[in-house]
Amino acid sequence: MYCLSDYNFAKGDNMPNEKKNKQQDNKEKMQQQKYQSKVDNVTPKPPLLKNLCWAFIVGGLICSLGQFVTDYFSGLGLAKKEASACATAVLVFLGAFFTGIGVYDDLGKRAGAGSIVPITGFANSIVAPAMEFKREGYVFGVGAKMFVIAGPVLVYGMVTAFIIGLIYWVRQ
Amino acid sequence: MYIMVFIVGGGLCVIGQLLMDLTPLTPAHVLVLFVVLGGILSGIGLYQPLVDIAGAGATVPLLGFGHALVTGTIEDINSFGFLGIFSGALKATATGIMAAVVFGFFMSVLFNPKGKGG
Repeated sequence: MYCLSDYNFAKGDNMPNEKKNKQQDNKEKMQQQKYQSKVDNVTPKPPLLKNLCWAFIVGGLICSLGQFVTDYFSGLGLAKKEASACATAVLVFLGAFFTGIGVYDDLGKRAGAGSIVPITGFANSIVAPAMEFKREGYVFGVGAKMFVIAGPVLVYGMVTAFIIGLIYWVRQ
Repeated sequence: MYIMVFIVGGGLCVIGQLLMDLTPLTPAHVLVLFVVLGGILSGIGLYQPLVDIAGAGATVPLLGFGHALVTGTIEDINSFGFLGIFSGALKATATGIMAAVVFGFFMSVLFNPKGKGG
């Protein structure tokens, strides 16, 4: 709509013509509004609530799995930190493996952030593009595309850690 | 314990979902945002209490990765001084990064994307 009126405004030499166009504009606008309301009635409501439920449940389950693995390693006599690190490695392995066999992306279609935000999603973000671009070779394909998403995450994570470390060191 | 893990872990994912659905942010933006946010929350001392309450519910989401980077840095600053700013972050997250790169590499070599042939 605004494109049309902009065009007329730029032209702007013929008053009656402009008025005519404006009336046409309004008519069109009304028609479009009617159409829009019809469309709104027919199309399903954005599934926000459904998405949120899926994200909550899948995210919660992945974290619970992480807790279970952590507890398992603690039971083997590892200290809290080591157990947590081992659990991270296990989750990363699972995320990478299920991405490899194609299950994780099916899950991701439903779970959205529930499968992206946990560390398994980090593994997914490494394997998915690496697999996708394998035909571009092992250096520029697998090696480089691996970090399409993981790279920025590492960069900004490290920069944040550096800045906060610097502030902490100065204040010490 | 598991209830708190579930609620906090799920809750953080819901925040991510809200960001993805209601703002133009892509998943990559959300991941970067969460790492930075986790680092900042950790730096001002708000994230450790959450980890104490929710365990893996707070460490498994990517905010926990930012938290691990920052706590590692601060720990190393306490023991080695200025050098710790450079050594701490990756020391604390070495297992995760190493696992992600190595497993990621082998999985992408072993498997092919779906629907594009064996």
